[in-house]
Amino acid sequence: MFKTIEDLVLQAESRGLHIHEIMLEQEIESSGKSREVILEAMRARYEVMDQAIKRGIQGVHSLSGLTGGDAQKMYEYLQGGRYLTDPTLLLATCYAVATNEVNASMGVVCATPTAGSSGTLPGVLLALRDRHHFSDEQVIDALFTAGAIGYVIANNATISGAAGGCQAEVGSAAAMAAAAAVELAGGTPAQAAQAAAMALKNLLGLACDPVAGLVEVPCVKRNAGGAAIALTAAEMALAGVSSRIPPDEVVQAMYAIGTMIPEALRETAGGGLAATTTGRAWKKKYAHSGKVVDK
Amino acid sequence: MKYRSVFDIIGPIMLGPSSSHTAGAARIGILARKLFLKEPKRIKVHFYGSFAQTYEGHATDIAVVGGVLNLDVADPALPDSLRLASARGIDVEIIPEEAIPEHPNTVRIELYRDEDWLSVTGISIGGGQVQITDYSGFPLKLSGENPTMLILHKDAYGAVAKVTQCLMNECINIGHMEVSRLMKGDLALMVIETDEAPTSETVARIQEQSHIQKVVVLEP
Repeated sequence: MFKTIEDLVLQAESRGLHIHEIMLEQEIESSGKSREVILEAMRARYEVMDQAIKRGIQGVHSLSGLTGGDAQKMYEYLQGGRYLTDPTLLLATCYAVATNEVNASMGVVCATPTAGSSGTLPGVLLALRDRHHFSDEQVIDALFTAGAIGYVIANNATISGAAGGCQAEVGSAAAMAAAAAVELAGGTPAQAAQAAAMALKNLLGLACDPVAGLVEVPCVKRNAGGAAIALTAAEMALAGVSSRIPPDEVVQAMYAIGTMIPEALRETAGGGLAATTTGRAWKKKYAHSGKVVDK
Repeated sequence: MKYRSVFDIIGPIMLGPSSSHTAGAARIGILARKLFLKEPKRIKVHFYGSFAQTYEGHATDIAVVGGVLNLDVADPALPDSLRLASARGIDVEIIPEEAIPEHPNTVRIELYRDEDWLSVTGISIGGGQVQITDYSGFPLKLSGENPTMLILHKDAYGAVAKVTQCLMNECINIGHMEVSRLMKGDLALMVIETDEAPTSETVARIQEQSHIQKVVVLEP
């Protein structure tokens, strides 16, 4: 049983195991279910992630009309071959947007750790799969790595935007994705933990300010940012960079910041982007007709 | 530990758009329905905090009603719940409240059928995890993840011992137990989480004991 990221790394390193193996062992013990049943349950979630991305890149639209179609644009842009940075990064952000567009359209997704932040983790892992030819089994293992980091954050801090702001959702998702990417790439448990810390540090303080109270603006695009930060943190950790503030203290800082974020910036649509002139105009349109008509 | 499984983090598989405001809200609805033991004829849904501010955008109202209709968080019929409720003759009232709740994602569901009434308050704590915090005025803490018995009884000495005796006779282990009462000598509520679900015979035996008014069994 691990309660902190430090515990998790110590247990993994002292036994020569990966973080995902520690998480799987704990799940077997706490649920009483067999390894096969648990792996199958994770595979079902992996398949939901894969389907959501496939749907999203074909272009979906939300009921409000506020979001949709951007993953398709990004995918076509990538196919065009004239991009600035790196195709893995672009594909990860594209997949993240695809997933959250499906979520906004009331489609089926897997919360990782929440629905509003459901694009970041699959965006990173499935892009790595498609660009670097990792197997389904390796990606499923990496989902346990991500789960272990999320488990510590959820129990020691919060993963709720209403309680802790977007840093608790996309911040946690990016930390999970960064650690999972490091293990997938063959990094050590300590490197995975450092990647989680560096990803979360970059999203501390992020407000939850959804326009018209919809999980659309800015949530969809923030998942693209979460995926990019996760990959950046993973690369830094794999290069041997570590966080000066230990991972568990970063989690504590996130929680403490969450308690200081005013209510208007914790999923009440009362501040931030929701309170801009345009944000308020959208809200009015939505409240009036139950649907935002034009963009 | 609020979150016990890796699938509390990687999951649930659900219809969007929000794990707390949609999936969690539906799960509170499902628990309320289980606690009421039957389909209600009328429901009143009171939203507080973030739920009151953003329920329309997150389809929280649709999710709660879907849960009360026993629809799962990934059920493709969930978005149609309001229409389904009206087709089944269930009267739905949605009431956004001004009061500031202890937890920002709070909903109180009142269920009615003939003479029966139940009020269930739940909080959605993130990632689809929920807790029931009030059962018709009795404070409690219920996640619905383990088999749980709710036993309404008269606040009298020996009532608790008789119930635990029944469980002991069936070799059922109690994981967690709490007792709360409205007033001394008045009605009280025992909440007992067990490792194994009690059999219908055990429940019937508990029901026969003096002071016991009602036994509700929640299975995960």
